[in-house]
Amino acid sequence: MDSGPALVSILRQGPYLIASIHVALDDSQLIKFQQDLIHQIGQYRSRGVIIDVAALDVLDSFAARTLRNIAEMARLRGAITTIAGIQPDVAFAMVELGLDTGSVHTALDLEGALEYLAGINHNARTPRQRSGR
Amino acid sequence: MSDRPIADDKGAAGGTLDELDEQQLLPQLVSHLRENRTKLRQEWEHRIHDAYLLQAMTPQEMADETTSVYDNYVEVLETGSVEALQRYARDLSERIIPRGVETHEVVGIVLLLRDVLARSLFEKYQRDFSLLNQVLDAYEPAANRIANTVAVSFVDERERVIRQQQDSIRELSTPVLPVRERLLILPIIGVLDTERARQLTEQLLLGIRTHRAKVVVIDITGAPDVDEAVANYLVRTVDASRLMGASVIITGLSPEIAQTLVTIGVDLSKMNTIGDLQGGLEEAERLLGYRVIRQEESAE
Repeated sequence: MDSGPALVSILRQGPYLIASIHVALDDSQLIKFQQDLIHQIGQYRSRGVIIDVAALDVLDSFAARTLRNIAEMARLRGAITTIAGIQPDVAFAMVELGLDTGSVHTALDLEGALEYLAGINHNARTPRQRSGR
Repeated sequence: MSDRPIADDKGAAGGTLDELDEQQLLPQLVSHLRENRTKLRQEWEHRIHDAYLLQAMTPQEMADETTSVYDNYVEVLETGSVEALQRYARDLSERIIPRGVETHEVVGIVLLLRDVLARSLFEKYQRDFSLLNQVLDAYEPAANRIANTVAVSFVDERERVIRQQQDSIRELSTPVLPVRERLLILPIIGVLDTERARQLTEQLLLGIRTHRAKVVVIDITGAPDVDEAVANYLVRTVDASRLMGASVIITGLSPEIAQTLVTIGVDLSKMNTIGDLQGGLEEAERLLGYRVIRQEESAE
């Protein structure tokens, strides 16, 4: 991961970290990604993590498990994780293979994920209020 | 046709002389059938009528069709080529299948014609028994081939029609309807088989992405039966939708389906089910934060 274009970008957006995975990662790259992400949650005191997998056309069992692990680790570090942008084909293939994201929240895309995290953090302070009544 | 064994004996004993005869027999036979065309065709028609076949057709249609079937039949006897007949039979099937003509009727009329013609040959050659045997030797294989061809063509055509209908049902069968912003309804009407269930999942997942749906209501009021494979497919559809960030509500499980599902032990614990479509919509609106209020009430 030291040379060539970045396989993953981790961006800071307010209280959230947005990690976009650009290409299918192998196992060691996934572990590296996990370490980086968990480290940065503490570093930036993030409250939420979005893992954007929209560019991926495959998610294997190790990747699915790593994502679940990241979510659990992030929770222990005080951040809520949501996975965004699973493609229809990928979703279907994952279900066929019996893979899931466990209790991790999934969102349609980045926007949906931001909405979800905003809702949770909003709820934490005041009762939920809906716009557009 | 009780004389078949004798005919076989004769055929085995026959030499080159007989074969030569056979070459000439068929044209003779054909011209006999051509000469008596009107009489034989009418007799055939009577027999069809007596057997209560093709009752969906008017007398005029019946006369037209029997004439052309007769001519085709004799032509195949003459030429030995079934291709023209195949085409004709397919064409005929195409016309009569929508009228509700069944396979047994088509096979029935062809066998009747075969019978009528055989009887006429009996009559003509009854004085010369060995010649009759040779005539039948020439006639029977050809007649069998014709009956076979017609039946196969008819069944082929029917299967083609069925396939076509299945395709159109498939195209019509999985509408994914947006009813509110980010809310989809997927009504399922008709029998769900694995193929349709697979297609439905595909359509739904694409629909979720296109409409950016958060909640999907799958209504299976119109599905008469659900088996284990399909139930598992539904569960997978729910899981896959969740992976795309949409939650699924299933409505309209009939008492029969509910009992079947529990009896066969499909794990539906992850499924959010609500009695009817109305309840499902209300729940979906609640999930999305909509509140529907009647105008008079809100004015008060």
